[in-house]
Amino acid sequence: MSLTELVFLVLAVVAAGSALLSMTSGQLVHSALWLVVTLGAVAGCFVLMTAEFVAWVQVLVYVGSVVVLVIFALMLTRQTSATTAEVTGNRWIAAALGVVAAIGLGATMVAGFRGEDIEGRRIGTAGSIGQALFTDWVLPFEILSGVLLAALIGAIVISRSGSDR
Amino acid sequence: MPLLYPLLLSSALFGIGLYGVLARRNAVLMLLGVELMLNAVNLNLVAFDAWFADQLHTGQVLTLFTIAIAAAEIGLGLAIVLALFRALRTVDVDGVGR
Repeated sequence: MSLTELVFLVLAVVAAGSALLSMTSGQLVHSALWLVVTLGAVAGCFVLMTAEFVAWVQVLVYVGSVVVLVIFALMLTRQTSATTAEVTGNRWIAAALGVVAAIGLGATMVAGFRGEDIEGRRIGTAGSIGQALFTDWVLPFEILSGVLLAALIGAIVISRSGSDR
Repeated sequence: MPLLYPLLLSSALFGIGLYGVLARRNAVLMLLGVELMLNAVNLNLVAFDAWFADQLHTGQVLTLFTIAIAAAEIGLGLAIVLALFRALRTVDVDGVGR
């Protein structure tokens, strides 16, 4: 087993374990902080799969802004009764569905792609991704910027609409 | 590196995210579950891109698009959650239905 595989397996265990802790933790802020660990480990996995630019974007956008936004929202919506159960009554159905989904997807992957190897022949540097993004993918990129603008304006309108009542 | 490692990790993350979306009562943490599921998809896209050695870098570019969509989704979702909290003083999704 090569060093890359070993590091990947360690990162995978860290990512899955902290994701599980994030989704089961009783403390709300702890959930968000465990999610940071998950997203960071996934960014490490991206680097190991030769996608270094995507890894940096993951760190910047997810760890840098999404988690900060979530922590802000958790603090703004702090409830007075913090002792309420954090999971619904049908958590066992949810757990069963999650396990079924994971096993089903995993079995499909094993059946379809057993024995394939990632060789990393085309490395996703900022240069090559930028080349692809601004030549072949420029139309979806521009449409996406419109979508992002619309979503952010929508978010501002929604969060302002109740405040002047 | 075997292609199965990232694929199985993404299956596990997707299952955990699905559990979080279905089981969590706090609306903000439901959104965290959605983020986890989107990250599982990103992992798949990057893995297949690296495996396929795509000339157009389709998987990695689509991953960037997914990250942007996820940022838009979390912004909009949190705005809705804050509006809900202002209206009902709760973010408990079980309590909202009653």
